[in-house]
Amino acid sequence: MSEIMRAAYVIARRDFSAVVFSKTFFFFLLGPLFPILIGMAFGGLGEKISTTDLRPIVGIALPAADAARIERTHAILTERMGPQALPRLRRVATDETPAALLARTDSGVAAILSGSIDRPRLTGKAADIDRLEGDVSLLVSATNATESLRMIPVERHEVATSRGAQAQAQMLLGRVAQVVIFFLTLILAGMVLSNLVEEKTNKIIEILAAAVPIDAIFLGKLLAMLAMSFVGILFWGGSALAIFLATRDPATIIATPAVGWTAFIALGVAYFTMAYTLLGSLFLGIGAQAATVREVQTLNMPVTMAQMLIFFFASYAVDHQGSAADVAAMIFPWSSPFAMIAHAAYDDAIWPHLLALLWQAIFVAVIIRVGVLLFRRHVLKSGGAGWRGLFRRRSAWGA
Amino acid sequence: MTGNSTNMILAVEAHGLVKTFGAFRAVDGIDIAVPTGAIYGILGPNGAGKTTLLRTLLGIIDPDEGHRSLLGQDAPLRMAAQVGYLPEERGLYPSMKAYDAIAFMGALRGLPLKTGRERARALMTTHGLADAIDKPVRQLSKGMAQTVQLLGTIVHGPRLIVLDEPFSGLDAFNQGRLEALIREQARSGVTILFSTHVIAHAERLCERVAIVAGGRIRFEGTVAAARDRLRPQVRLRTRAIDGGWRRALPQDAVAEGGAWHFGLPALGIEPLLRALLDGHAGIESLSIERPGLHDAFVAIVGEAAARQMDGEDAR
Repeated sequence: MSEIMRAAYVIARRDFSAVVFSKTFFFFLLGPLFPILIGMAFGGLGEKISTTDLRPIVGIALPAADAARIERTHAILTERMGPQALPRLRRVATDETPAALLARTDSGVAAILSGSIDRPRLTGKAADIDRLEGDVSLLVSATNATESLRMIPVERHEVATSRGAQAQAQMLLGRVAQVVIFFLTLILAGMVLSNLVEEKTNKIIEILAAAVPIDAIFLGKLLAMLAMSFVGILFWGGSALAIFLATRDPATIIATPAVGWTAFIALGVAYFTMAYTLLGSLFLGIGAQAATVREVQTLNMPVTMAQMLIFFFASYAVDHQGSAADVAAMIFPWSSPFAMIAHAAYDDAIWPHLLALLWQAIFVAVIIRVGVLLFRRHVLKSGGAGWRGLFRRRSAWGA
Repeated sequence: MTGNSTNMILAVEAHGLVKTFGAFRAVDGIDIAVPTGAIYGILGPNGAGKTTLLRTLLGIIDPDEGHRSLLGQDAPLRMAAQVGYLPEERGLYPSMKAYDAIAFMGALRGLPLKTGRERARALMTTHGLADAIDKPVRQLSKGMAQTVQLLGTIVHGPRLIVLDEPFSGLDAFNQGRLEALIREQARSGVTILFSTHVIAHAERLCERVAIVAGGRIRFEGTVAAARDRLRPQVRLRTRAIDGGWRRALPQDAVAEGGAWHFGLPALGIEPLLRALLDGHAGIESLSIERPGLHDAFVAIVGEAAARQMDGEDAR
């Protein structure tokens, strides 16, 4: 084992230096910041597009007094429920029939409310009526009710703790941690796919294979990419923290994870490492079979899809705590890191994490062994022990 | 084959090695014994199985059958720190600096990187590459890159150096330098095992050779023994065109370019000389040429090919 670790370190050091001291690494670091900067620059505009402009418009063809009442109610409800809750309203001419108005190319409305507040009538295509009927009915009912009901103020009674609210906030925190780990593995682990292609195209693999165990080559490459990922994470994390602190609303309260912040961050690092190495070792094994960069590129899409599936599975499990899906997500090696970091947010037990990390580490070792076996068999064309030799050191290294 | 080697300390030893790729037997029951400190050549035509044999001996691939040992160790890669290997297909990281590439190859085999870098600079200076020390590999000429890789093969001070077709792609000048380097290593007690299909190098360098064809060893022994397998060739030119003396010529004598060519008779040259003198043949010139390793190689490989054609090797 010490020889494998020594050789893995030599390989990892070479790969790490080759990547980190290359000119392209600068763009790698800046890459993930582009969407954030663009998002900040165009965020306001995007928000307007997504929340306001895309809401359907209902034409109001009511008598002027009724139209004014319903517009007032719309404003009150929008203030309480948010701008995207209700369709927009626009007054239209009352001297034409709703059907005629809707037939005009410049009408700009999805449906037309006519009649009166007491006997409203909604005209539109069946599908538009289906989606707008409920909102319009609510608006009209509220318009009538504001004149007969009065608002009763709620008495405020504050408590220091609320387990339900805390649980919800922790679940949200767990989900955020899941998303962060997922995105980091999504953008970082995929790079491992092409990691052995350089050695194969430059014929260096022969030199490596003659000098060190193949396990060490795989492990070294994985460690190098992991170390490079941590450099990126430190940079992006530092940038994100700086932006957060600079733009933070002092009133914002972030839930404390169940295991505490120190343990949560440590577990986050550990689970990212595991998620990365689990996926990375799989990708390395698959990528090692590829002979050219083109083959690796072809593999990229299905690999990304597989990652998405795993993430959706783990996300689903968070919403169904204690269910069979939750247990399966914790056990299935590739979803386990995502499921477990969410658990760390809302469950204070530490021992399941130690168990999970051990379980995941075992799988990393198994995947590397399988990758090595396939590499030896299909790339080096070496026969030998077959699947029975999965856990046995190759004969060239001795039993 | 290894009978005369059993008392030697062997750097490389193998018995009954078999390696197949599908139905093709690339190595077909090879026995080999390379004495410690020797320069040993594995000769063979293209596709004879030389590279597969070396890869199997080094432990890069496992044999289907047979036993191998490297520097007395049955698990060859355990001796990786004491072995240097130059593969047939040369490979270096293009962006690495030349001295770093050498140090990296040493580090793979256990040499501390700092020591490796110091030795790399010294080796490059000694071997005329001082100007290329800090250059990235991609900026080196093919010959320079090959030398860099060769220096990476020896930087950690191995006891055994295995070179697969080391002369291919090198010009005559660099071939000469490589031969000198091999001799220098051998003088310091390092065992050299190399494969080639260019016989002249083996003839100049090797004490022992194995000639491989069709995945089998067709000859193993000293270079002299290989050459002795063929009769020396006699070249005779006479003033007389015909006469009774012609009856004394061996049956394999062939007239070509105004001279007779034939293998040295089993009884030696004296009876023929006597017949030529008594028959007044008028000897203008007579030379006896010992066959080279190249002739022996061609003959041995030819015999092997003929045997394969005859189905002798078929199973």
